[in-house]
Amino acid sequence: MKSAMEQKMIPAREPPVNSRGVLGWMREHLFATPFQSLITLTIAYGLYLILPPFWQWAVMDATWTGENRSACNVEGACWAFVTARLDQFIYGFYPESETWRVNLFFAQLALVLGWLMIPAIPGKKLALGLGLLVLPVTSWLVLSGGFFGLPVVETHQWGGLMVTLVLALYGMLASLPIGVLLALGRRSSMPVIRTFCTAYIELWRGVPLITVLFMASVMLPLFVPEEIVFDKLVRAMIGIVMFQSAYMAEVVRGGLQAIPRGQAEACQSLGMGYWQSMLLVVLPQAVRLVIPGIVNTFIALFKDTSLVLVIGLFDLLSIVQAGLNDPEWLGSAVEGYLFAGFVFWLFCFGMSKYSQRLEKN
Amino acid sequence: MDNKRQPMLVRLWRDPVWRAIFFQVLLILAVVAMVGWVVNNTLSNLEQRGISTGFDFLSQSAGFGIIQTLVEYDESHSFGRTFLVGLLNTLLVSFLGVIFATVLGFLMGVARLSSNWMLSKLASVYIEIFRNIPLLLQIFFWYFAVLGILPSPRQSFSLFDAIFLNVRGISLPWPILDSGMVMVAWTLLACCVAVLVLIFFNKQHRKNTGRPVPYIKAIMVSIVVLIPMMTGFLADARLQWEIPALRGFNFSGGLVVLPELAALWFALTIYTAAFIAEVVRSGIESVNKGQKEAAAALGLKPRRVLSLVVIPQAMRVIIPPLTNQYLNLIKNSSLATAIGYPDLVSVFAGTTLNQTGQAVEVIAMTMAVYLTISLTVSVLMNLYNRWVSLVER
Amino acid sequence: MIRRLKKWVAPALMLAAAGAQAETSSTTLETVLSKGYLSCGVNTGLPGFATPDEKGQWSGMDVDVCRGVAAAVLGDASKVKYIPLTAKERFTALQSGEIDMLSRNTTWTLTRDASLGLNFAGVSYYDGQGFLVKKELGVTSAKQLDGAAVCIQSGTTTELNLADYFRTNGMKYQPVVFDTSDGTAKGFDSGRCDVLTSDQSQLYALRLRLSKPDQAVVLPEVISKEPLGPLVRQGDDQWFNIVKWSLFAMINAEELGLTSANIDKSKSSADPSVRRFLGIEGPKGKGMGLKDNWAYQVVKQVGNYGEIFERNIGESSPLKIERGLNAQWSQGGILYAPPFR
Repeated sequence: MKSAMEQKMIPAREPPVNSRGVLGWMREHLFATPFQSLITLTIAYGLYLILPPFWQWAVMDATWTGENRSACNVEGACWAFVTARLDQFIYGFYPESETWRVNLFFAQLALVLGWLMIPAIPGKKLALGLGLLVLPVTSWLVLSGGFFGLPVVETHQWGGLMVTLVLALYGMLASLPIGVLLALGRRSSMPVIRTFCTAYIELWRGVPLITVLFMASVMLPLFVPEEIVFDKLVRAMIGIVMFQSAYMAEVVRGGLQAIPRGQAEACQSLGMGYWQSMLLVVLPQAVRLVIPGIVNTFIALFKDTSLVLVIGLFDLLSIVQAGLNDPEWLGSAVEGYLFAGFVFWLFCFGMSKYSQRLEKN
Repeated sequence: MDNKRQPMLVRLWRDPVWRAIFFQVLLILAVVAMVGWVVNNTLSNLEQRGISTGFDFLSQSAGFGIIQTLVEYDESHSFGRTFLVGLLNTLLVSFLGVIFATVLGFLMGVARLSSNWMLSKLASVYIEIFRNIPLLLQIFFWYFAVLGILPSPRQSFSLFDAIFLNVRGISLPWPILDSGMVMVAWTLLACCVAVLVLIFFNKQHRKNTGRPVPYIKAIMVSIVVLIPMMTGFLADARLQWEIPALRGFNFSGGLVVLPELAALWFALTIYTAAFIAEVVRSGIESVNKGQKEAAAALGLKPRRVLSLVVIPQAMRVIIPPLTNQYLNLIKNSSLATAIGYPDLVSVFAGTTLNQTGQAVEVIAMTMAVYLTISLTVSVLMNLYNRWVSLVER
Repeated sequence: MIRRLKKWVAPALMLAAAGAQAETSSTTLETVLSKGYLSCGVNTGLPGFATPDEKGQWSGMDVDVCRGVAAAVLGDASKVKYIPLTAKERFTALQSGEIDMLSRNTTWTLTRDASLGLNFAGVSYYDGQGFLVKKELGVTSAKQLDGAAVCIQSGTTTELNLADYFRTNGMKYQPVVFDTSDGTAKGFDSGRCDVLTSDQSQLYALRLRLSKPDQAVVLPEVISKEPLGPLVRQGDDQWFNIVKWSLFAMINAEELGLTSANIDKSKSSADPSVRRFLGIEGPKGKGMGLKDNWAYQVVKQVGNYGEIFERNIGESSPLKIERGLNAQWSQGGILYAPPFR
């Protein structure tokens, strides 16, 4: 039967060829206007000028192993500097026979982090508990030794990546709770506590970390009686924690402000005390809201650990810097800094990607 | 439950008001005890070890040289003067850093949102690389790996035989001001003020009539250009340039940008700009899409949409975090000490501390400076914020 | 509730507890004896004076002074914890009690004695400030250095001497300041400055760090007196004596002809000054709170001054520095230690 109307839908006509597929995409995203085309071409030309020679230098012409600088191809990168000193960059001056302990520390860290970060694995609370309570203790014990026949390794023998990670780990673990307390204090209804917390936060946020480290390294020993001696590494840690907890407090405060008053009031009407309502109701919500901010503070902390160089501790950057002074390896600055930069970047970029993923969920 | 039956203390403890007072008194006592303990320890430690105290050292003569001084300074000046020299150098590099980081940051932030795929990818690669690498490492990279391999002064790269680039820095020509030129400069300043007044007047005029003052642009340009030129002609001003030249070991004359300053400036700019770019991006994204569409529907070109509609609104979101970035930049400039740029931390908390040995006083003064800067800027920004949000209504 | 709070605070407390170790003793000697090692502040890295190798083992003149004190006090030269310090940190580290002694090529001056609360325990090396220049500049005297850029380590006496020298000679200079001596060498190597100035001993050491060591020369001028020595805190005279006499023991041993190789045999020597040195007779160690054979331990485990000099900076080291002023007074130098009596 025929009808005046088409019974079937006429399929939509395909878009014109030049707005489809690769070509269409390029037209829209690269060559939309003459000006856009100019920008695209300029950037492409710039990349062409930079990338192939860099690839040639960094990979094709590079030397990967060798005893000293003269073993390296002059045209290419001298990664031999990094490979020859890799152990030192990772373990510092840690005794060679004991490096398995550092590896154990890395493994613990990787295990707990992996557990926390991979959504498929259950038992996040357990992992969090392990990370917050067990990990710091076991790590410190394993690294410094002195029990079960493990020889003591003094902190001045620690160095390289492990010091960076130790500083970052303990800095993070300590600055988060202190930051939470300060944030609660700054929003407290008690004027003295509020003033005190505000002053503390503003004081540390107002000065550069380098002066804080200087203070921790040079002046802290003057502040306490002679009998109390702090380890240099611990002093640096105290400085970093004092500094970063102030930043952490501001992040957490942002989260607390976003939680409606009604939540706390509801708790009160249920007869919960201040700490109960905060710990069980308000803080969990607030912290969840500001996880990206917390991770950003962690990233800043991780990068800031490199500043311990100025007080003479050997973190990753500092030990690379020291390696560059070796007469055998003069002129390897670019390779050294690229390597250290890449390692730092890997950690920080990883953390920022993780926080972005959390933000999306 | 009958409260009266319980002992007095328990009742007080159960009363929130009293409990709050109790906690606060406790905190005050704890803080006072802590501070007292620290001060007591410090004083007894200092006395026991025979370390001199007090601020007398500020008037003693310093006896060491500083490579870059914005005020008159030589070895015979006092330690107090080194404080000023260091402070000014800190302010100089912070100022340069803030200006350039703002420009680069805004460009990158806008580029990040560009519809051009290549441009936005480039911007995001830039952002992700530079904000995830420690600043100190970047400073080292620029100083040792890039500027450190430039040629010696005798083999300098030169441009028109007037600009020289070598491992000791960049030497640039610098104008010598004769009395005529000084007059021109003052006239120029006066003209700029006049133009500002005109702009204000024009705004009022446009508010009242809906039209700008006729030929306003031409009038403004001629004020700024013609009047100073006439002054220069009348006062017989001659502009002379001091061209840097190789004398003895080094280039002398002209303006020298030290490699330490350059490395610190680059690193601060590039690092901070990556953060500013993110601030700008989130600021722009916070502007309602409808605003853009409405502006486009009115026939505004994309660039005008950005500059007239989007950015002014985004600024309200951008300003507070932007301020934070500026403060971070100022504080980060203290990393100068790692490459020997003579900033406050390097000169005062470094050399002066070491020559006098008075750590407590020197560190306290240094921290006080940064704290003052930070608090002042925060106060100013809060005022600005209040001003902006009033405009909103 | 408080229990929950503890959960948060616990890691922080534990951290602090792990780092803080309470010690009840008051004198430095008691502190060192009770912890079983000597904390000694040294340079962060200066060939010949204090450098760590790849495994973190320290060696050098300054390091041997620390080892000597450890041998005298603890009877074991290896019981030293080396704390590398920058020029900036060194005095505060000692003042604050972080280290028991400082042996970090530090110049003895009036200000440091008078207003830092520190005491110099003798001179371990007589030095003087000099200049290192590249051969290609064709400079033969420091007087030709007008307008030069000078690499220098911040916070040192050299910084002050340099300013004085250029001012008295009516010359100008640009100070290019670095935090470490390595930094100065790097700056000099890259051409950031024309001249590297430092104590002469350091110049020889730093020259080894250049890419072309033979292309740089040390100028003949010595513009200052730089007696370098170990320091202790004021107010603990017993410890001051111990450090002072450990150093004198090394110097005296060379004068007496005692070396780490022959000291065991000389126990049977009839020479009264040797017998006093070994603690067999004479003042012994009690007056300083040490064992009687403390000086024997110093020489046995570390060596006499000549051996230390030779091994670290002398002809058998890459630095090849001549004894010069640092020879014994009987050999034309000014090394002169008070007698063991």
